Amino acid sequence: MSQLVGYTVDSRVRWTEYLPWLLAVLVYFLLPDYLSLGSRVLTYILFALSLDLIIGYAGIITLGHASFFGLGAYITGILAAKLGVTDPLIQLLASGLGAGLLGLVTGAVILKMKGLTQLMLTLAISALCLEVANKATFITGGADGLSGMEIAPILGLFKFDLFGKTAYLYCLFLLFLTWVVIRRLIYSPFGVSLMGIRENAARMHAIGAPVYQKLMVVYTLSALIAGLSGALLAQTNQFVGLNVLGFEPSGELLVMLILGGVGRLYGAFVGPVVFLLAQDYLAKQFPEYWYFGIGLLLVLVVLFARGGVLGILDKFTASSKARQSGAQSS
Amino acid sequence: MEIFLSSLVSVAFHGLAYGMILYVISVGLSVTMGLMGFTNLAHGVFAMTGGYVLVVSLSKFDIPFPLALALCFGLVALVSVVLERTLYARLYGEAELEQVLFTIGLIYMSVAVARLIFGTLQQPVILPEYLKGQFSLMGRDFPAYRVFLILFTSAIIAALWFGVERTIWGAKVRASVDNRAMAQSIGINTKSLFTTTFAVGSGLAGLGGGLGAEIVAIQPTYPFEQLVFFLIVVSVGGLGSLRGPFVAALLIGVTDTACKYWLPEFGAFFIYIATIGLLLWRPQGLLGKRS
Repeated sequence: MSQLVGYTVDSRVRWTEYLPWLLAVLVYFLLPDYLSLGSRVLTYILFALSLDLIIGYAGIITLGHASFFGLGAYITGILAAKLGVTDPLIQLLASGLGAGLLGLVTGAVILKMKGLTQLMLTLAISALCLEVANKATFITGGADGLSGMEIAPILGLFKFDLFGKTAYLYCLFLLFLTWVVIRRLIYSPFGVSLMGIRENAARMHAIGAPVYQKLMVVYTLSALIAGLSGALLAQTNQFVGLNVLGFEPSGELLVMLILGGVGRLYGAFVGPVVFLLAQDYLAKQFPEYWYFGIGLLLVLVVLFARGGVLGILDKFTASSKARQSGAQSS
Repeated sequence: MEIFLSSLVSVAFHGLAYGMILYVISVGLSVTMGLMGFTNLAHGVFAMTGGYVLVVSLSKFDIPFPLALALCFGLVALVSVVLERTLYARLYGEAELEQVLFTIGLIYMSVAVARLIFGTLQQPVILPEYLKGQFSLMGRDFPAYRVFLILFTSAIIAALWFGVERTIWGAKVRASVDNRAMAQSIGINTKSLFTTTFAVGSGLAGLGGGLGAEIVAIQPTYPFEQLVFFLIVVSVGGLGSLRGPFVAALLIGVTDTACKYWLPEFGAFFIYIATIGLLLWRPQGLLGKRS
């Protein structure tokens, strides 16, 4: 996790960083039948990015990140199904702001705590959100979920079509914008100071860095992005159910991020792709083995492959480079 | 008034039974987390295993109830020692994130295994005849099994407290919780102490899961659904303490029962609110040490 990114590293975009976008555009043209799965993957990449920001870069461990995702989804759902606000961009904005506000309020409390207390508070807040959504049936639909959402064309021009083309490009565009923001952020002095807090908060205090303020900023931003991804999920599915809240979606997201690699930015890209594709094929046919499989994978990653898929790739390229240079020098 | 009084007694009684079960399950978690600093989210897996052991030994093998309870403790303790030595021990002293992820992985695997073997339905508990029926006291009827539950868990808790506070083993455990490095340097073998404590804690969770199978339904999602309650008991009570979680478990047991009785439309809402409030007031838990 403690690889050097930031001031010590060239912040220019490397050619490999264009690959995900190239791939995403290719999928649009070559695999038109998979666009709805594609939108789902893009949505979860956005969600995983928001989690990577706080877990991977700031070192805040949370079991309740789905609160923000779920709140975002419900805000969009309620606006579209109950209040007649059909403009997707207004829904998106409202979801982001709502989740950001929840992040600001809960962060103010959570970030003062440490260890088990912090973990417990994130879990309790997320359980509370689930309970509210479950019981406030008049507005959330409770266990039946929210359906009958109406979503107008984006900017009045691009209608959400049956094949999911608009939805896919819309998700891709939003993900790209967020990626630009987050990438700038983590290569900025602010990003470096976050990693400083992750590695040793006491020293950051000692050199006079405003640790709490910085954590508040990143936590709120992360909540806002998670809210946006929740809104995307609601808009592309045109349905919101209780499964967006609680411990399980938070747990699944953690699995995705760990699988891809924590604190590497692109781990949040790789993880959801692998996880959701595997889920699409395996989960329906073998639900028991599927859960066993992700559990086992998680245990194996923790015991043997801390960096996830990207970590393994890194090791592989590092050892082949070492072998090359060894061959040249001999 | 009479009706209110009788419902008050009923809530207190059922709340007490539930709270005692919660405590027996969670106390091991408090001690292991306090002793080893290991965030073990998979503690509920041990309780669920205990529950399944009890249900299966009663319904499939006709094992007498007392023996079945002993099996809950013994088997789960045995399994936990194997897990502790082979897997958990590798992650002592690691970052919290790794422990959290590792134990979430264990939960996923156990949920899958439970579903594969027992299906998704909850398992009915077949109680022996002598624990069925009602028990009359001062003109009121109480379910005999709950009465047994309260008495039996009280005895276990008394034994546990005696063990921790009056025996050499307990003194070593307390010393290691307070200051592990110092305990090691005066010759306490903390490694074997960890293993035995972990086994006792997990065994108690198994026993609690078995005893409470009638109250907290045994089903594959158990470790996920109950996790939040076990963690509340430990964090509100205070890490590494024995009495704190006891107070917390009784509080939760009674509050939860009262809410279900009088305000079912709010569900577990008040429990979560109270937890958040208590943790804000005392981040180290009710009886936890200030760090």
